[in-house]
Parts: sequence; structure tokens; C-alpha cells
Amino acid sequence: MTSFGAVRLRTDMNRLLSLLFHQGVLDEQFLQLQQLQDQTSPNFVSEVVTIYFHESEKQLRNLRNLLLDREMWDYVKLGIHLNQLMGSSSSIGAKRVRNICAAFRNAVEQNNRSACMRALEVLEHEYCYLKNKLHELFQIEQQRVLGDAVRYPGVMHQQ
Amino acid sequence: MEDENAEDMEVEILSSMWPEDIDAAGKKFNVEKPGVDQDLLEDLTFSEEPSIVDFKRLLELTNYSEKGSSQLSYLVKNWELKQEKAVILLREELENLRKQQHGFELKKLEILEEHMFEDYEYGGDKRPISILDHEVYEIFQDVPKRRSDVIVQDESLEIEDEYDINTVKYWKQRALHLENLLNTSVQREQILLGKLEESIEKLEKQSSPVEELSQILKRADNFLHFVLQNAPVVIGHQDKDLRYRFIYNHFPSLGEEDIIGKTDVEILKGGGVKESQDFKREVLEKGIPGKREITFETELFGAKTFLIYVEPVFSKAGETIGVNYMGMEITDQVKQREKMAKLREEIAVQKARETELNKTIHITEETMRAKQMLATMSHEIRSPLSGIISVAEILSTTMLDKDQKQLLSVMLSSGDLVLQLINDILDFSKVESGVMKLEATKFRPREVIKHVLQTAAASLKKMLILEGHVQDDVPVEVIGDVLRIRQILTNLISNAVKFTHEGKIKINLYVIADPCPEDQKKHEKNVPRSHETTVWIQCDVQDTGIGIPENALSSLFKNYMQAGADTARKYGGTGLGLAICKQLVELMGGRLTVSSKVNYGSTFTFVLPHKVPQACESLDETDEYQDVGDDDASMDEDDVNCGFFQFNTRTLGSLFSSNGSGPTHEVTRNEVEFDKPDGFSVPVETSSKFNLENSNTNHTGLDKERPTHDPCVQKNRPLKTNTSTRVDSGTTRPRILLVEDHVVNVMVAKRMMKQLNQDMDVVNNGVEALRAVHRCDYSLILMDVCMPVMDGLQATRLIRSYEKNGNWDEARLAGVDLQDQILKEPRKRVPIIAMTANAMSESAEECFANGMDSFITKPVTLQNLKQCLQQYLPSYETL
Repeated sequence: MTSFGAVRLRTDMNRLLSLLFHQGVLDEQFLQLQQLQDQTSPNFVSEVVTIYFHESEKQLRNLRNLLLDREMWDYVKLGIHLNQLMGSSSSIGAKRVRNICAAFRNAVEQNNRSACMRALEVLEHEYCYLKNKLHELFQIEQQRVLGDAVRYPGVMHQQ
Repeated sequence: MEDENAEDMEVEILSSMWPEDIDAAGKKFNVEKPGVDQDLLEDLTFSEEPSIVDFKRLLELTNYSEKGSSQLSYLVKNWELKQEKAVILLREELENLRKQQHGFELKKLEILEEHMFEDYEYGGDKRPISILDHEVYEIFQDVPKRRSDVIVQDESLEIEDEYDINTVKYWKQRALHLENLLNTSVQREQILLGKLEESIEKLEKQSSPVEELSQILKRADNFLHFVLQNAPVVIGHQDKDLRYRFIYNHFPSLGEEDIIGKTDVEILKGGGVKESQDFKREVLEKGIPGKREITFETELFGAKTFLIYVEPVFSKAGETIGVNYMGMEITDQVKQREKMAKLREEIAVQKARETELNKTIHITEETMRAKQMLATMSHEIRSPLSGIISVAEILSTTMLDKDQKQLLSVMLSSGDLVLQLINDILDFSKVESGVMKLEATKFRPREVIKHVLQTAAASLKKMLILEGHVQDDVPVEVIGDVLRIRQILTNLISNAVKFTHEGKIKINLYVIADPCPEDQKKHEKNVPRSHETTVWIQCDVQDTGIGIPENALSSLFKNYMQAGADTARKYGGTGLGLAICKQLVELMGGRLTVSSKVNYGSTFTFVLPHKVPQACESLDETDEYQDVGDDDASMDEDDVNCGFFQFNTRTLGSLFSSNGSGPTHEVTRNEVEFDKPDGFSVPVETSSKFNLENSNTNHTGLDKERPTHDPCVQKNRPLKTNTSTRVDSGTTRPRILLVEDHVVNVMVAKRMMKQLNQDMDVVNNGVEALRAVHRCDYSLILMDVCMPVMDGLQATRLIRSYEKNGNWDEARLAGVDLQDQILKEPRKRVPIIAMTANAMSESAEECFANGMDSFITKPVTLQNLKQCLQQYLPSYETL
């Protein structure tokens, strides 16, 4: 990999990030997350996000099951799951997922089952989008880190 | 004829007020025949006083003026016609009578002849009477049968004829009868003659033209009076010397003798009189009638406006011999008209103003929108920017070589600059939109001044002396919004530093007399039992900089304005700083002014009202202070009352010398210069000491910043013991407990704590939190609100109850089994910070109600975590 390639990767990453910011998928909390990453924990962001995905998929499954249960309408449980999903999403800066969770919670509070279903669908869609994009980002990052590991000083000088 | 008429007029003198244009009598006045409308007029009473006439003049007029004579001749002709008619009638009657008389005479003759014939016949031969009779009859037949009664008599005569025609007796009788007839006829004739004479006599008596004329005149006169009786008009005639010859005025204020024969000027005095006189003269000279509006301002009838019509009167020779004058009072109309005009004018002005206002509103709306836009944009920019700066800060803590460090420092300073700018804009729009809220907290002005100067000195890159003078009468503590005051001071100082290249920057603080005592009085009335008294503290920030030209002073406080375009280029900046300062000062009820002299420096002065806390209150407070800052008090006890601070760049010179960017030779030169007059050097420890002290004041200040959340603040007291105990124990690190159920959040928070050099225990729900608190003491608890098993609110409540009662009874009630401990001492109050996902105020209220001290809105950021630690872990800075 040439230094030019590294620059391109960096550019790609920035472009992707700025796109996500622009779309409102992510907010500055994600930057906070990135700030927290240093030599002592070089993969902090991806670790956190991986756990986030793991947890969130569980939450989403639970939400779907709760909603599909025709006999029971356990809004307390729904609320708890949503709160958790909301809290973790805001912690990693997944702004759009968080906002949809908020809307979802409103729907739950209003006992509006059809609105809940719609919200769940949107939530799942958003979640998939976020997951794909973040995977993409981490992939680029990984490549970049691999490249940077060798050429870091040189790249800095060129910039 | 004319002479006769003139005589008539003289006869009529008493009643006539006939105007000159008498020819109009027949047509313009439309006088009706007497009798038809007599009743109407009979009911009316006319006062004939108002009109005054000079009859001689009227005569003259009728004699000499065209109109007068024609009028007279018309009347005379009228009369003549009537007379002629009467004569014709009389003549006809006369003719009739004459014919009758003739007939009778013929008859009489015949009868006489008949008698003679009878006598003859009676004496001699007898002739057949029938023939004669026939003849007689025939002759008789020739007599004109004018009257029917005569004819009837004749017939009866005939009838009688048929009866006994040949007797003497009959003839005698007949002669007798005829005699009688003749007699009666003569008698009738005589009566008729008498009647005729009588009629002629009557005719002569009746047809007096004077009477007729005077009646017509009287009627017209009555009508005129009727029409004019209430009209606000004055009618008059003036001769060619403009002397009144006739005047009609319904509301006279002068007698006849005062007017007739005099001119306007002689009668009246005041405004408008001359004008009307001149106008009349003009009409007289030009011979053309005219109208004019004249406002009189006379003693006689006050201010009145008249519309006057003046027309010239000509003699038969075509010369003007006077004027007819008619005036109508239109004062009210003029007033109304003027009012209307004024109204119309006002409406026009109003309309103009309205359009102007609309324009302004439009512009304002545009501006507001632009400002809103700017604020929104700034806000949007600030978040990512703070991200950039934080990242750069973190980056600067990592291992970097010298070049990288330098680049990074440039990046950081630029970032800070942009952030400052955006904060300025946001502040500004906040103040403008009235969102800005002021706090009232106790603070020590001396410390504020010292701190501000110190901060300024720390970032000083020039050789300048910063001085602070605080007069003794400035109270030790006052109440105000310390953050904003600090902002103002910092702004003014940095402004001064920016434009000063050498010399001093001085802050003077002193108490002045109340600039508006009424205001204060009012205020005191409103809050009658106020514990505080208000002092006005003036603060001068004086520099020896480039100064501000006089013409720029006015625009100095305007937004985005700097003294000059080249200044802006040379010194940079947004020009928002001073505008914000001014707004803030005004928001706090004070004034910000500036005086300056080019090349000698400027002085910014602001005056602010401050409340002074009552002695009892401050006692309470100082207690706390002494507890908190025992060391502080011992270190610089005089600092609280000291009124003089001085800093200069040299103090921090060591910091900057490594920089090498400054003008080094100048530094040394100044150093030498400063060394001599100063005579005192501020040791470096001072600054660190200040830091310590400030961190202390900071945290006490924050305690007071939330005076509304009373319960917390009251209970907060133990915090100081906490601090002191910890100071006692010295080295123990604060123990922090995080109560959070979600893995991701735990991870992030843990990582952040690591960056902040803090260790932290983590538990996953409220119950676990209780157990952890039970197990060991924590200095700070970060508590998630929404958690499974037991939420943060309940957990906090239970912890607070434990702190208060020293037992876990309530926790046991809630189903958490915990062993009570034997208490060594009263439990200290642990600060508990809520972490909420929704930053709604009600949830904040809920947090406070459940005994939490503060709350952080999720997502937790490094910044607010750090702030939180600074606030609630007093030892944090020193670690």
C-alpha cells in the first residue's frame, strides 16, 4: 500500500463519516467515542460498537416478539427495552436509531399498536443501515491502520 | 310717471326695505297673488328693525341707477295697463248705457207721436186703427230690442191690442200705461247714470298705484324677511366711498346711526377689516363681481370668518356708483374644513408612517430570520467544532514530536478562536432574543478581578503590566451574575490587551453614588422587607493602547463593528465582543461607556448595581468559607481585603520563553524596565495558589448557584466535612460508583473515566448499587435513572434515607436485605449524579426530588463528565 493509498483511505473514511453525520445517522457522540480510543485500547470504538450490535439485536428480537404477541400488550417491558436501546444508541451516537426509539416509545405510551409496528420496521431498517455503514467504516479503518502502522510519520509530513 | 313713483316711494318710506335690485321682485322672489297665501304670512310676525335704509339714497338710486329706474318703469307700466283695462271696461259700459238711453228716447218719441195722433183722431176723422196700428206696430218694430223686459212689455201691449183695440178707453189706458213705462224707464236711466258716476268715482279711488305698489313691496319684503329671518347673512349696499347706505343684519350689534354713512374701517377695528375694505374697493374699481373669504378678528364679534360676495352697481351712464355686499358667516365650516384638511394630512402622514413601519417590520423580520439562521448555524457548527477541539486536545496528550506539537497548538488555538466566536454569536443572539437568564450568586469582587487579571496575564504574549485597584469601600461580597461579570471583564481586558502594545492595563473598582435613586426607591418599595442593600459599583478598564478616534466611538458598540476597516484587518476579531458586553451590562441594569484618546489609550467604564448580602447571611456564609478554605484564609488573609493586584508578563515569562515566537529582545528590555519600578515579583506559587483557591471558590460558588433546589443545598452542607476529612486523610483517591445496566454505556463511561485518570466501580442496577454503598464509601455516584430490578430514583432515595437514619430499614422494606452497620460517625452525604436519557425538565425535577444532586444528559461526554468531577470531587484538580 502506498502512502497515496493511505491518504485515499483516510479521505474515504472522512467522506463516509461526514455522510453519516450529514444524514443524521451519527452525531458527535460518535466522535467522543473515537476520542476515547488511544494506544491503550486501539480498537475501542469497534469493540463498543460490536457489543452495541450484539445487545441491540437482542433488544430488537425482544421488541418484535413482544409486539407480535397478540394476547399480551406488555408496554412496561416494551418501554424497558426501548429505553435500553435508546440509551445505548445515544451512547455510541447513533442519532437516528435513538430518535426512532423515542418515537417508538411515544407510540407505546399511546397504546398505538400499528404505529408501534411501523416504528419497529423503521427501526430495523435504520439499524441495518447503521450496521452496514459502520462495518464499512471499520473495514476502511482497519485497512488504514494496517497501512499507517508502517508509514505514519511520512504521511503526517505529506499532510 | 317717474315723479309720481318717486312720490310713492316717499309715502312708503316707513315700511319699505326694498333692496336695489327691485326688478327681481316679480321674477326672483316669485311673489304669489295676494289672498292665496295670505294666511301663511299672517301667522308670521316680522321684525322690521334689523334693516336700516337710507331712503334718500334709495331715491337717488332709483333715479340714477339703471336697475332702479327699470324696476320703477316696470311697476308703472303694470299699473298703467291695469288702468287702461279699467278705462276700456268703463267705456263699454258707458256705450251700453248710451244705447239704452237712445232706445228709450226713441220709444218716448214714438209714444208722444202716438198721443198726438190719438188726439188728432179723437178730434176729426177716424182712420182704421189697425192700419195705423200696423204702422205703429211696424215703427215699433224698428226700435232696437236691447232689453228683454221692454220686449215683454211690448208683447203684453200687443195682447191687449187684440182684446179691445178700438175703444177710446183702451187707448187712454194704453197712453197712461206707456206714460208709466216711460217714467220708470227714465227713473232707471237716472239710477244707471248715478251708478255710472258712482262707478267712475270708485274707479278713480280704487286704482291708486301707490297702494298697489306698496302692497307688492310689502309682500316681497315679508317674504324676504321670512327667508332671511334666521340666515347668518349680512346684506348691504355701499356707495362709491364705501359708506354704508343700506344694511341688513339679522343679528345686529350696532345701531343704525353707527353704520349708515360710515365705512367698514370706521365701524370696525381689527384683523380682516382692512382686507374686506380693500376687496370692496377692488371690486368697485374693476367693476367685476367677486367672492372672497375673510377672517375677521374684531372686538365687536370676535374671530369669525365670512364669505363675502361683492358686486358693483352701475349708474345709467355705466359708472360704478357703489357695491352690493353680501356676507355669510362660515366660521364653523372653515373650522371643519381646516379640521378635515388636518385630518387628511394626518392620515397621509399616518399612511406614510405605516408604510415605513411595514418596511421596518419587514427588515426586522428579515434580520431576525438572518439572526436565527446565524444562531442555528452557529449551534450546528459548535457541536462538531467542539468535537474537533476535544480530539485535538486528546491528540496533544499523546506522544508527538516537536513539529506535530506545534501544528497541534496552532490547530487548538484556531479552534478555540472559532469556538469563542461562535459562543459570542450564540450569546449575542441569546441576549437579543431575551433568552439569556441572569443568576444571582454571591461572589467576591476582589477575587474576580484578581482571577480575570491572572488569566489575562497567563495568556499574555506582550510585555504589559496588568493592575487591579479595588477601593476599600467595595464590599467583600456582593450578589450578581458572577459568570457574566467575569465574561464582561475578560472581554474588556482582552480587548485592551489586543490594542495595547506597551504600558499598563488597569482595572479600578469603586463604589459610586446611586445614579438613579428613584429607581432604587421604587425597587425598595416593591420588596419592602429586602435583606439586601444595593450598591453601585463602577469598574474602569483603562489601557494605554492605540485609542479610538472620536468618530468611531458611536459605532463602537454596534454589532460586528470595529473602529475602522484597517483596524479590523490589523487586529482581527469579530467586533461582537463589545456589543455583547454592552448588552450584558444593560441586561444587568447598568451602563457601559467609553472614553478614549487616540494614541493615549481608552477607558471602558461600566456601572452595575449589586446587592450586598446582609450581615447575618454573610456570617453563615463565611462560616462555610472558613471551613472550606482554611488553608486559603491562612495563606492570604489580607487577600480578601487587599485592594491591589499586579501581574506582568514576566511572572509567566518562563512559560513563553520556550516558545521563542515573541519579540525576545523587547522582552528583556521590558524586563529590566519593569524590574525597577515594580520592586516586587509575584512568585510562581502564587498562581498555583490562586488556582487552588479558585477551585475552592468555584465549588462553593456552585453550591450557591442552585439556591432554588433548597433541599439539596441544605443537605449539601456535609460536603465540606467530606472535603476536610479527605484533606485530612490526604492521599485516598475518590471512589466513584457507576450504576448502569447497559454494557455499551458502561464501556464508554469506563473508558472516559480512564482518560480522566479515575478508577470506577460498576454495578448494573439499583439493588447492586445499594449493596455497593453498603460495602464501602464512595465519593461520587453516577446513577442511571432507568434500570431493571431497581431504578436509579428509588436507589437514590434509599441511599439518602440510609445516610439520614443510619440504617437500611427502608431498603429492607423495598426488599433488599442489608445488614446495618455500626456507625463510626454521622454518614456523609454522597453526591449522586443522575444520568438521564431524556433531558426533559420534569425528569430533572424528579431527580432533584429524589435526592440527586445533579444530572447529566445522556450521552455522557468527556466534557460533562469532567465538569461533573470538577464540581463534585473537589480534590479532582489537585490530583
